Amino acid sequence: MALPKIKETATETRLAALSLPEGGWSEPARRAALARVQSSGLPDRRDEYWKFTRPDVLVGPDAPHAKALETDEGELFDSFDRLKIVFVDGVFDAQASDDLKLEGVSIERLAEIADQDIHWARDLYGTLEERAQTPVARPLAALNTAFAPDGVVIRVTGKPSKPISVVYHHVAEDSDPMLHHVIRVESGAEATILENGPAGARFSKCMEIDIADGGKLHHIRSQGRDHERSAVTHIFARLGAESSFKSFTMTVNGHLTRNEAVVELTGDDAIVHIAGACVGDGDFLHDDTIFITHDALNCESRQVFKKVLRNGAVGVFQGKILVKEGAQKTDGYQLSQALMLDGDSQFLAKPELEIYADDVACSHGCTSGEIDETALFYLRSRGVPEDRAADLLTLAFLAEAVDEIEDQAIAEDIVSRLENWLSRRR
Amino acid sequence: MLEIKDLHVELAEEDKAILKGVDLKIEAGKVHAIMGPNGSGKSTLAYVLSGRPGYEVKQGTATLDGTDLLELEPEERAAAGLFQAFQYPVEIPGVGNMTFLRTAVNAQRKARGQEELSAAEFLKEVRAKAKDLEIDAEMLKRPVNVGFSGGEKKRNEILQMAMLEPRMCMLDETDSGLDVDAMKLVATGVNALRDEGRAFMVITHYQRLLDHIKPDVVHIMADGRIVKTGGPELALEVEHNGYADILAEVA
Repeated sequence: MALPKIKETATETRLAALSLPEGGWSEPARRAALARVQSSGLPDRRDEYWKFTRPDVLVGPDAPHAKALETDEGELFDSFDRLKIVFVDGVFDAQASDDLKLEGVSIERLAEIADQDIHWARDLYGTLEERAQTPVARPLAALNTAFAPDGVVIRVTGKPSKPISVVYHHVAEDSDPMLHHVIRVESGAEATILENGPAGARFSKCMEIDIADGGKLHHIRSQGRDHERSAVTHIFARLGAESSFKSFTMTVNGHLTRNEAVVELTGDDAIVHIAGACVGDGDFLHDDTIFITHDALNCESRQVFKKVLRNGAVGVFQGKILVKEGAQKTDGYQLSQALMLDGDSQFLAKPELEIYADDVACSHGCTSGEIDETALFYLRSRGVPEDRAADLLTLAFLAEAVDEIEDQAIAEDIVSRLENWLSRRR
Repeated sequence: MLEIKDLHVELAEEDKAILKGVDLKIEAGKVHAIMGPNGSGKSTLAYVLSGRPGYEVKQGTATLDGTDLLELEPEERAAAGLFQAFQYPVEIPGVGNMTFLRTAVNAQRKARGQEELSAAEFLKEVRAKAKDLEIDAEMLKRPVNVGFSGGEKKRNEILQMAMLEPRMCMLDETDSGLDVDAMKLVATGVNALRDEGRAFMVITHYQRLLDHIKPDVVHIMADGRIVKTGGPELALEVEHNGYADILAEVA
């Protein structure tokens, strides 16, 4: 079916501004992804899947300018021993990065391995993204697969002694980076990946994650504090039997953020937890769009999303759990909640369950509300000043999402950033 | 210490008068019990003093050592030395009991111009006081009042009181929902705090609590006023005969 003229024009305009990296093993996958973009067209406001979030700034040929924030807050995760991989406006910074060597893991850069036929990466690149195009097209992810010039290619074979930390600096006002990471966790292996930073004025990122039986991946990211930046990110994960994937995202500020996660539980007894804590003020739209497919026995999925909104900020949640026929003993849980610190903010949510198995437990909760006056008074009656009491209750609201981070020290680092955000809003 | 004069209070939203001219004076070192039938305004009196939103003071004054309480924010009243042990302590998921206690203690110290307690000092003090009230380390770690039994919640109120060392303590039906042993424990906690510089207002329905926390003065409240004041024997009279006789007598 032909695309509507407007969509076709918008798509062509964007494509004309990009050049597809040629040569090497990834080119066939990139060409296939380009064909997907051309057939579905880039999203616009008429698409159901973009009903709550206008994709214009993510689609246009140029990145809307965004100033990089100057802050004396210090870098998140700085106190941790980690292997650092630094990108500045999407360009790898060898000087600032560590030597990409760590026992139990091999780390390469996508841009550097075009000529090496790393078979597992070739098999994975674009594969999970393509699988995720049904039932809903995700053309911005396909666009990323086609054009992202770089990214990290990580194969975890053991249990590396420290986290792999990808740091994304944003410097140029008009930077428009695309990165595509490919991660394979082998059977019984376990690693932690940290991501931190705004990455650019407009950032597009895909992560394709394949976890073999018994593998474990912890993922904690923070998306930077730049007010004007926009971002669209996709996590595509496929989980084997008895594997586990736990992902937490903190978003503080940003003009527009669309975080999609598409997870397939393909082996029995697998566990996926996806959580997010976001805080936004004013010109802020944050969208979590999640699709989890249970396609095996006795798997657990858990979504915990918390949004603190004030001064006209908008929060969006679209979350779906699909339980396929035969995926018995599924335990699915989905929670999306917004705390409105004033009457101007908005929370738009579409929780969905689609279940084709008869022996499953799936629950979802979706609420929006204000600070609990009774609790506020209780704290004040003990001498806690009103501001501080409201902060405590706001952090308490976010705690359920932050609690999804298993590493206590990392969780504390995250909480300190949320506290800082609250104290800046005085 | 606490002086209330001709206090008239309405529910802000309903335009309904609850207190209709309360006069009460509590001196330092004394324990005053307030009894009265349901709906007589006992809890409202405590809430109005501690500053809960939703009430409108139409007339009268309430001062603590000469400071006008009604002009102050709830946290300022607390810093001035007022404390209310709530009938229904609030559950606050996500806020650890220890964090809460420490924030409260240090906020009050700061408001009074005292140095904040260090983590170690605080811990030592809270452990000692918790032990007296048979509050174990596990309860201190949990979120405020979440998953606590009725008795645990009331003991937690008394722990807060012990840590904050207020000068004017209001206990709002602290005995409700407690078994005899729990009530004794709470009473012991309260009695340990009794001293010449501190006063108590104990709101209760039952004489039983007053066996353990011996009052100096007993007031009977009815229909928004204090209708009768006497010694401990007044509580016994209520226990035996109910309120009907007293109310008929003052009508």
